Amino acid sequence: MGMTMTQKILAYHAGLDSVEAGQLIEADLDLVLGNDVTTPVAIHEMEKFHKKEVFDKTKIALVMDHFTPNKDIKSAEHCKCVRQFSAENEIVNFFDVGAMGIEHALLPEKGLIVAGETCIGADSHTCTYGALGAFSTGVGSTDMAAGMVTGKAWFKVPSAIRFNIVGEKAKWVSGKDVILHIIGMIGVDGALYKSMEFVGEGIKNLTMDDRFTIANMAIEAGAKNGIFPVDELTEEYMKAHSTKTYTKYEADADAVYDEEYTIDLSTLKPTVAFPHLPENTKPIDEVGEIKIDQVVIGSCTNGRISDIRIAAEIMKGRKVADGVRVIVIPGTQEVYLQAIEEGLMTIFVRAGAIVSTPTCGPCLGGHMGVMAAGERAVSTTNRNFVGRMGHVDSEVYLASPAVAAASAITGKISCPCELGL
Amino acid sequence: MKACGTVHKYGDNVDTDVIIPARYLNSSDPAELAKNCMEDIDKDFVNRVKPGDIMVAKKNFGCGSSREHAPIAIKASGISCVIAETFARIFYRNAINIGLPIIECPEAADGIDAGDTVEIDFDSGMIYNRTKGTEFKGQAFPPFMQEIIRNEGLINYINNK
Repeated sequence: MGMTMTQKILAYHAGLDSVEAGQLIEADLDLVLGNDVTTPVAIHEMEKFHKKEVFDKTKIALVMDHFTPNKDIKSAEHCKCVRQFSAENEIVNFFDVGAMGIEHALLPEKGLIVAGETCIGADSHTCTYGALGAFSTGVGSTDMAAGMVTGKAWFKVPSAIRFNIVGEKAKWVSGKDVILHIIGMIGVDGALYKSMEFVGEGIKNLTMDDRFTIANMAIEAGAKNGIFPVDELTEEYMKAHSTKTYTKYEADADAVYDEEYTIDLSTLKPTVAFPHLPENTKPIDEVGEIKIDQVVIGSCTNGRISDIRIAAEIMKGRKVADGVRVIVIPGTQEVYLQAIEEGLMTIFVRAGAIVSTPTCGPCLGGHMGVMAAGERAVSTTNRNFVGRMGHVDSEVYLASPAVAAASAITGKISCPCELGL
Repeated sequence: MKACGTVHKYGDNVDTDVIIPARYLNSSDPAELAKNCMEDIDKDFVNRVKPGDIMVAKKNFGCGSSREHAPIAIKASGISCVIAETFARIFYRNAINIGLPIIECPEAADGIDAGDTVEIDFDSGMIYNRTKGTEFKGQAFPPFMQEIIRNEGLINYINNK
């Protein structure tokens, strides 16, 4: 029986000729990732191991991104713990304030993960690197600890859903709208335990940033991973960012899928997910009049340079609506610098928005934009659960950077076309 | 191994943000996390829960973030087992890895209500609703996971291998 793309990568890393869905395997890891929330728990767990050394100090990435620059004493203690651990274990890829970015924007940019590799991260959005044709998935801190010591992880080989992408996006439609549309269609557990494999001639019409956004939110459909084939665009990206050797895998022609869907990009509209689940989606023309208090543009989902550029394009020469607070968060130091050099920061500040240093911050209600009871945000982040961005009675509407920027100007959830764009 | 306790019942898609909100993730101390467990959907849970109690929910329990703080908070609050129609995959792994017993059983998730007294026999996978006099068979874990559970978590399992 043929294998899916994910199954082929897992088989190789388990030292097997073939694997099938449901099989339990132990796979070698090319990268183990943690952040300032999950790594301290993993370090504590590592104390219980008989063997306490890390398997390879070059294959661990620790990124201080969630509550940084530290929001309080407890979170500062967490970062201090990871900082000490990194020094003691000579971790090569430790990213502290000044070097750090939001982990899933940072790692591809730094070239730390490439096609064909296997990665676990103690962060659910680790599935982002599927955009590069790698197998990557989120785990908890104990799995991370075991990965740091043994360089291996156990997996149940997933079955897959195939998404055949065709057509070309209309103006103002982005990767965010594609993935919100898919989650709206299959639900927040529609791909539970499975791979989401994206294929088809329409993929060439998705930029790398679109693909990162789509793979990033595979977890919001319950998936183990989301993965894209490697094409010229992927190779170009990897050559520009990494010196690592990559391997291209393709699903077998006779691979078996649980379900298949065709997504015609040309039929998609800007899409918004209503509280309190990412599956509660509506196309922009069915949203109605929803006034907002806050806009967040950033995160591991939409904090890349193309996201910041599109927000700036819409906000250029315009003013943020009265009573709306707009927070722009470039995903990495590199994106931050690019935004400065391209004059985007000036556009945001003149419009009445603020620009933050890279951080996960408000996405998970950590800091830099926590909401009060009854407040409402349009956010380019990935989750709109109860209490996600602050008070249990606040609301998050998920959307693309284009919709978020347009909403910042009008004060209600809006398509950029409402601004005559 | 057996568990017996009063049921705390929840619906679909209980996410890790409501199990333990991120505003409390500046701590990783189990006792401290337990103090705020479930507070965004069930403020009184921490006052009601007694050691040995059982949590029952519908589909996709534990969806969302990878925070191991979620099963840690549930375990430290005194819950002896979580039964659900289905679990989100990272929560599923985390629960097994830290030794929090979980059982997938759609029939039990349907046939058990809040306040029921439920007994679980982990060896046979049987779930007995003592209040209603009904019983359910939970899905057995594959032998590999049973081995992790027997070792009370992934790290002991690796140490003892």
